[in-house]
Amino acid sequence: MTIAEIQEEIVDEFSMFDDWMQRYEYMIELGKSLPLIEDQYKTEDNIIKGCQSKVWVHAELDQDKLVFTADSDAIITKGIIAILIRAFSNQRPQDIIDANTEFIDEIGLKEHLSPTRANGLVSMIKQLKLYAVAYQTQLN
Amino acid sequence: MIKEALDIQKIRKDFPILQRQVNGKPLVYLDNAATSQTPQQVIDVIVEYYQRYNANIHRGVHTLSQEATDAYEAARKKIQTHFNIAKAHEVILTSGTTHSINLVANGFTAFVKEGDEILVSAMEHHSNIVPWQMLCERTGGVLKVIPMDLNGELVMEEYHKLLSDRTKLVFCNHVSNALGTINPIKEIIDAAHRMGAAVLIDGAQAAPHIKADMQDLDVDFYTVSAHKICGPTGVGMLYGKEEWLNKLPPYQGGGEMIAEVTFEKTTYADLPHKFEAGTPNICGGIAFGAALDYMNSIGFAALAHYEEELLKYATEQLLDIVGLKIYGTSENKTSVISFNIEGIHPYDIGTILDKLGIAVRTGHHCAQPIMDFYGIPGTVRASFSFYNTKDEVDVLVEGVKKARNMLL
Repeated sequence: MTIAEIQEEIVDEFSMFDDWMQRYEYMIELGKSLPLIEDQYKTEDNIIKGCQSKVWVHAELDQDKLVFTADSDAIITKGIIAILIRAFSNQRPQDIIDANTEFIDEIGLKEHLSPTRANGLVSMIKQLKLYAVAYQTQLN
Repeated sequence: MIKEALDIQKIRKDFPILQRQVNGKPLVYLDNAATSQTPQQVIDVIVEYYQRYNANIHRGVHTLSQEATDAYEAARKKIQTHFNIAKAHEVILTSGTTHSINLVANGFTAFVKEGDEILVSAMEHHSNIVPWQMLCERTGGVLKVIPMDLNGELVMEEYHKLLSDRTKLVFCNHVSNALGTINPIKEIIDAAHRMGAAVLIDGAQAAPHIKADMQDLDVDFYTVSAHKICGPTGVGMLYGKEEWLNKLPPYQGGGEMIAEVTFEKTTYADLPHKFEAGTPNICGGIAFGAALDYMNSIGFAALAHYEEELLKYATEQLLDIVGLKIYGTSENKTSVISFNIEGIHPYDIGTILDKLGIAVRTGHHCAQPIMDFYGIPGTVRASFSFYNTKDEVDVLVEGVKKARNMLL
């Protein structure tokens, strides 16, 4: 599936919930299913700056596609990363760079996060795109 | 019972914000240690100032300026009376505790030599650590830390050992913001004085619960922020003994703090104006006085007694939750509960509680050394005021249980 298709799928899933408590419950479930980063990659270098809880992200190329793994010490944060990783992992770096992130607004994620968490979300997206830029350069 | 001592429902009507809904739920405000809410009586004073006598003080001959000056100086007198301060000019009105502490730390540059020691307690707010580190960098002074134990109490034997004739200043909060511990400041002050050291006590967290008596404490400096005691933000007090305030150099240059200015030399104004450069937060100062009036109309003995009951009730209820651990278990503490649930990040609990309309603080509470001491990323902190109720404690406890079920 393309990034846009996956994003549409996520938006559909979130539209099924009536209230924000249910959405949080769903995010927590997603957080628990996040493909965990291997311990060796839980380094200071892999911590995303700008998050109040600790977030580690690791990226590696699988042929021409970029695969992300991640972890956080906070479960709701993990859920947020899980959503982002579902949208962006296993995609070509150039597609990740080009992808728009409007689906975040469509599922209303940002407005329902505290400002510190919303900043963290922006930092996470930025970090994923930075990885894509780095690996795209490598592929060229 | 406690309801007879204070009419909480009547008191709650004084606070318009408590009628608010958050995320479709009635607001349960339990972040009082960060900032307290403002009663209508204080809001009225702020509105009246801007509607009737907004003017610059200490300089105009016109009526409005005179009225504003009188009200501002009357507020200083209220603060003086409240804290039993010997002289009104020992009350310096600042922008708050952080400003007050920086003013003293900056002034001490003149008194600290290389190798001199500054003692700070292990349970300080960042705003209480950084100015002293900066002072030590400027002067070659050495910062030493009074350690704490697992209950969140200072290890007083260690404090007495750390004191020496090299100690120039001791700095400690009256009450810890992260843990609620009430520190034995009288003992700290007396011991420091025997060694010839000055003492600055940060009263930011104590002021909402304890009426501190400056003359009885014999403290050299004491700081308070108005927004913790039902007043507005951006205004606070530095109390300093007259002899110290005369010795300290001015902190900022500007209008109000001068006696005479020529291009060759400026002579400084007398206390308190020497430390009050520029146009102050006039309305804030007046409202600070009104906030003290409000608190005193309730009475500190009654509110402290009520808050103690709330603390006891909340502690018992929360400890029933499996895996919940409270940090700061001193016998002497204010109505603050810092806690975690095993296996859950404090941010996650705070996020769910917010969705339920419950305002708590999560994180390191600007006291990272305490969190490092316990080896945790932070805590959830619920802090209670005299306008909170047992019903609100129940809402909190149910909320924490719900969060636990969702998150584990």
